[in-house]
Amino acid sequence: MNRIDRTKRTLMGRSVSEPNGTIGRRTFLARSAGIAGAAVAGVAASAGLAPGANAQGLAGHPWERVYGAAFAGYGQPSRFELPVVRHFLRPYGDLAPGSGAALTPIESLEGIITPSSLHNVRNHSGTPDIDPKQHQLLLHGLVARPLTFSMESLWRYPMTTRTYFIECAGNSLRNLAPKPLQLPAGAIHGNISCSEWTGVPLRMLLEEAGLQPQAKWLLAEGADSAHMSRSIPLDKALDDTMIALYQNGERLRPEQGYPVRLLLPGWEGNTSVKWLRSLKATEGPTHTKDETSKYTDPLPDGRALQFTFEMGVKSVITRPSSTMTLPRPGFYEISGIAWSGAGRIRRVEVSTDGGANWVEAALTGAERAKCLVRFRLPWEWTGQAVVLLSRATDEKGHVQPPRKEWIAQYAPDARFHNNSIVSWAVNADGSVKNVYI
Amino acid sequence: MSTSKRIPVAAIVMATAAALAACAVQPPAAKPPALGTAVSAEEVARWDISIPPSGAGLPRGGGTARQGLQVYEQKCLACHGAKGAGKPADPLAGGVGSLASKTPLRTVGSYWPYATTLFDYVRRAMPIANPLSLSDDEVYAVSAYVLFLNGIVGEDAQMNAQTLPQVKMPNRDGFVDMSRR
Repeated sequence: MNRIDRTKRTLMGRSVSEPNGTIGRRTFLARSAGIAGAAVAGVAASAGLAPGANAQGLAGHPWERVYGAAFAGYGQPSRFELPVVRHFLRPYGDLAPGSGAALTPIESLEGIITPSSLHNVRNHSGTPDIDPKQHQLLLHGLVARPLTFSMESLWRYPMTTRTYFIECAGNSLRNLAPKPLQLPAGAIHGNISCSEWTGVPLRMLLEEAGLQPQAKWLLAEGADSAHMSRSIPLDKALDDTMIALYQNGERLRPEQGYPVRLLLPGWEGNTSVKWLRSLKATEGPTHTKDETSKYTDPLPDGRALQFTFEMGVKSVITRPSSTMTLPRPGFYEISGIAWSGAGRIRRVEVSTDGGANWVEAALTGAERAKCLVRFRLPWEWTGQAVVLLSRATDEKGHVQPPRKEWIAQYAPDARFHNNSIVSWAVNADGSVKNVYI
Repeated sequence: MSTSKRIPVAAIVMATAAALAACAVQPPAAKPPALGTAVSAEEVARWDISIPPSGAGLPRGGGTARQGLQVYEQKCLACHGAKGAGKPADPLAGGVGSLASKTPLRTVGSYWPYATTLFDYVRRAMPIANPLSLSDDEVYAVSAYVLFLNGIVGEDAQMNAQTLPQVKMPNRDGFVDMSRR
């Protein structure tokens, strides 16, 4: 009776009727309590038996002998995986702790999809805390009908799902340092991630607003405190640009633009404006700070390339990689990631002798454009010092350039769009170092 | 009799199946839902903080470098250094003529192609801990001060909606537009 009374209280005094044959919640709770009681009685009975006559003598770790953890509302990785975290790049230090980047620990990951919690983040003024009930997207400028969209309305549009990488234009800028930095691969090349994105094709909203004939560009603007803004040619906006609402099946994470971001497949990450608050159709580019003073590619003659949107073809061996150690000679699988903003990856070649000979690696995911590809190559390490390289080629025939060749194209302080070949030296003691060749 | 009864039943089943199949391949025409809400020009003007090179959208008001010095010292100097020398944040002045050298210095004066970008960026993002907090006059004045530090405008030159877009930046022609290639 007492138990039933307690159950009644948990049901907040509501009377629960149970039609014949169904198991109502009250009955279910009462039965569950009974099962737990029987289990306790069983433990007490076994305590009287002699050692050896039960399972106590069998092998088995401590966790096999205790009841496991209860359910969690939102799951977390094993506590043994806690060291797998993003690498921070904070150029202004504590002055602006949310400005800079958090790079994906690509050296610890496998496959193609980046876990949302480890996705690379490039923020200009931190992550805003946006209430989706209040957030709106304004579509205006050279349109027939200026419109606002609430999140409730955006969530009702027909959606598409695609897998795309997002790479910051500044990825691998650390590999332009005069001397090779001895850091994990992700701390140098981890400003790249790949997710499954779901959202509304931007074309659909533009058609609803009705573009005027003289509209040729869009200015996209975020609702972060930097109001980060970029000009985007209309051709791209009407092609594969997505108003992204979901990442890896759940609504966007705040650091990925919650509740709504732009997603420009294959283009420098900065153009996929997060926390999207406004899209303005214009005749020409607005020449914002982030498309003039930054995200431009300076040349040796003093000029600079502007609006170099597409990310170049690139690959990185993630295992083995810088700061790792091979414990002994023998079999290793060389594993890495490759991608191209121009489309699909056609080929990844790996050299285990500093570039003298190249072998084609096996690819996973090569059927998808503007998406990470996993490449793998079985390798027998004899114990001698070697240098490992990877070189990607995309479907347009673009080939990842050697580092020296890449550097020669630009001014000494260039730091965007570094897609040059990455070299890891495996020393005779098994230590893996970042090297320039 | 029993056979003759079954035939019409089978025919009905088949006809129903065919009708269902027809429904399945002809869903209602899928028009986009058109859920946007019309918004007035006045409301758009309150949202729109972008300033293109033409200066369209620049607000009323204005300021000079002399007035901007005070704003700079209070709101900008702690990060951008005295006279825009930089550290800990980006330098704002100097470097004109350095871009083709081995040690290029990219500042508002040496690198930025348009003065309107200065107004746009200061208003939308600065000071970093308190954006959208400056008055329009303060944004004009501090923009004038940064231009003055670079020797681009005089200390008493009034920057406003008319004059700011007219300012010729030293690196105005230094960019190659790759969107056209």
